[in-house]
Amino acid sequence: MSPSLRGARQFVAVAAVAGLALTMAACGSDEGDSGSDEQITLKVSTFGTFGYDALYKEYEASHPNVKIVESNEGDLGKYTNALTQRIAAGSGAGDVVAIEEGAIIQFLQAPDKFVNFQDEGFNDIKDNWLEWKNVQATTADGKATIGLGTDVGGLAMCYRTDLFKAAGLPTDREEVSKLWPTWDDYIATGEKFLKGAKGDTKFVDSATNTYNSILMQYAGEAPGYTYFDQSNNLTFDSNPAVKNAWDTTNKVLAAGLSANLKSFTTEWNAAFKQDKFATIACPAWMTANIKGQAGADGEGKWDIATIPGGSGSWGGSFLAVPTQSKHQEAAVELAKFLSSPEGQMSAFDEAGNLPSSPKNFENPALADFKNEYFSDAPVAEIFVEGAKNLKPVFLGAKNQAVRDAIENDLRSVEQGQRSSDEGWQQAIKSAKAAAGV
Amino acid sequence: MSDTTIPVTPARTRSPWRSRLSRWDQKGSPYAFVSPFFILFGIFGAFPLLYTFWVSLHAWPLLGEHSFTGLDNYQKLLQDPQFWNAAKNTLGIFVVSTVPQFTLALWLAVTLNRKIRARTLFRIGVIIPNVTSVAAVTLIFGMIFAKGFGLVNWMLGWVGVAAIDWTAHTWSSWLAISFMVDWRWTGYNALIFLAAMQAIPGDLYEAAAIDGASRTRQFWSVTLPLLRPTLIFTTITSIIGGVQLFTEPLLFAPGAGAIQGGTLRQFQTLTMYLIENGFTRFEFGYAGAVAAMIFLLVLIISLINIWLVRRISGAD
Repeated sequence: MSPSLRGARQFVAVAAVAGLALTMAACGSDEGDSGSDEQITLKVSTFGTFGYDALYKEYEASHPNVKIVESNEGDLGKYTNALTQRIAAGSGAGDVVAIEEGAIIQFLQAPDKFVNFQDEGFNDIKDNWLEWKNVQATTADGKATIGLGTDVGGLAMCYRTDLFKAAGLPTDREEVSKLWPTWDDYIATGEKFLKGAKGDTKFVDSATNTYNSILMQYAGEAPGYTYFDQSNNLTFDSNPAVKNAWDTTNKVLAAGLSANLKSFTTEWNAAFKQDKFATIACPAWMTANIKGQAGADGEGKWDIATIPGGSGSWGGSFLAVPTQSKHQEAAVELAKFLSSPEGQMSAFDEAGNLPSSPKNFENPALADFKNEYFSDAPVAEIFVEGAKNLKPVFLGAKNQAVRDAIENDLRSVEQGQRSSDEGWQQAIKSAKAAAGV
Repeated sequence: MSDTTIPVTPARTRSPWRSRLSRWDQKGSPYAFVSPFFILFGIFGAFPLLYTFWVSLHAWPLLGEHSFTGLDNYQKLLQDPQFWNAAKNTLGIFVVSTVPQFTLALWLAVTLNRKIRARTLFRIGVIIPNVTSVAAVTLIFGMIFAKGFGLVNWMLGWVGVAAIDWTAHTWSSWLAISFMVDWRWTGYNALIFLAAMQAIPGDLYEAAAIDGASRTRQFWSVTLPLLRPTLIFTTITSIIGGVQLFTEPLLFAPGAGAIQGGTLRQFQTLTMYLIENGFTRFEFGYAGAVAAMIFLLVLIISLINIWLVRRISGAD
């Protein structure tokens, strides 16, 4: 054997040993199970902004054996996909995981993968949350509750006072709210706005944001579900709430009110600074988004009015504990702490997420809170009234897939690639493909 | 690696045991040396491949029950207009990007093969786009081709062309995506062509020059025929890359529903359709069938290529 070959062989042997050592190190890093005084690390997985930093510190101070590590993902779709895979794979999910309203239904398909809070004293504290919020996180047979509510996405309409003024419309939030009791009034107001507006400013940012808000409103009134009924049958073309929401949105488009932006893209983000639109459907969590995108320049230019068509909600999240967690007991305790009325209040202070606990609604810290950025708008008054009276809207297990598919078809109408009717026919096909029927 | 500890000192007087060991060594060692690749391929290549096929024979939602359905997924797939649309887009974008890419790469290679100043610098330069992150490249190109504030529309504005909504039409989206692909891969192919060109003996050119052939004539009659095997190789690698095209179209129109590749699915590629089925619809069985079809497609095109290679070398 030549010396060089011997060298190569030694290299292979060393590499093999090193690889083995690395693999073993990776496997060995997990800690053992938790005794009460043992040091444990709880992993919390969140998306977007949950505002829990202060709460983590407080919890760690009162539980010296617990260390909390949060992993955060900005993109909800990506987050939900990764979480779904980890739940299905049986490992890799956090000890406490945040789940969005639209995604929790999918996890309710596999309730055995999550701790059932009803076995953990949930029934004694369920008054901590709005009733419809609890219903959303409970299986159809009522036997398992897998999520504890965090925030709700009460609906309002955010608008630009400076652009309204320039177009000759009133700017006071009470008067603006009176402009649009219904969506038809909103469209009429938009037409007036376009006549007075300068440049290429449009009235509303996009078809999809408007559509989603309207859909949640209409579905809340009747029949209480959107694309799937409670038995998970696709009801896309038979549910009048869906068709009405589609038609109303198309009236907005036909009136030329939309700036044709795709939500949550760089162009959409840039449009906040470029005066491209004057109003945007505004679930509570959207206010943080507007503030982030419009930045310091936008301060005092924005205000919040009521949404046409009465109350509604879009979005809002839950905390769950996967049964794959090695520290279930501790994780349940932490989830309860974070989602308690006090915890929700702390998150509101830090991130502005609207609490889902009715116990907070009378709390002066919330009730009297004025959002400086939005011309001192009384946030609670606007959002809470809507959230209180809501009926739960059932979202099917494949809600997200159908929503993604038909939003695309709606955008094709918005961009003038299809007529409203062609778009609707295509949406029926897309919904079926996405639902797999 | 059981045999790595065997001492292999060349002994003058060999015991039978030693010589037997040595024989094993001679026979077995080559296999041991190549085995890491095959073991890794088995774990990360063959097993997932077979498992994907197994999954594709099932109704396999990510959360919930799996049931064996035989070839149902394939039957459904063949009648699925969204699948054929994705196949059309994939092949279309491949053609639109590859033809200019190879032309440009050949031109670059010819230029770099000449005696020009700072040749090494330029040769390094053409490969730089290839080592940048594809995601970063795509995000920047996404901004360049943006409707509202994009660089391209701004420049088109100088010559009085109205702003184009690049993501909205089939032709414009294919063109923009092809730009991104070409930006990354032209230099890479140019370097491969360059390497092949340098292997062409210089006396062929000298002879051609003596015969009075112009530079252009030399390119067509000497360079190009001798580059044929290299061209076939780059075509195959481009096909494999092209059929797997994913990041560029995905990030071209980011945000919700990006996986559908535009409002009319006008730039959804096969791999995007695969991911849509797997990770938006959570139908792993159906996604597995799409994966198998992609595999089949690559196989068919590669076989056509091998056939072409045989024909060409036979003609020589």
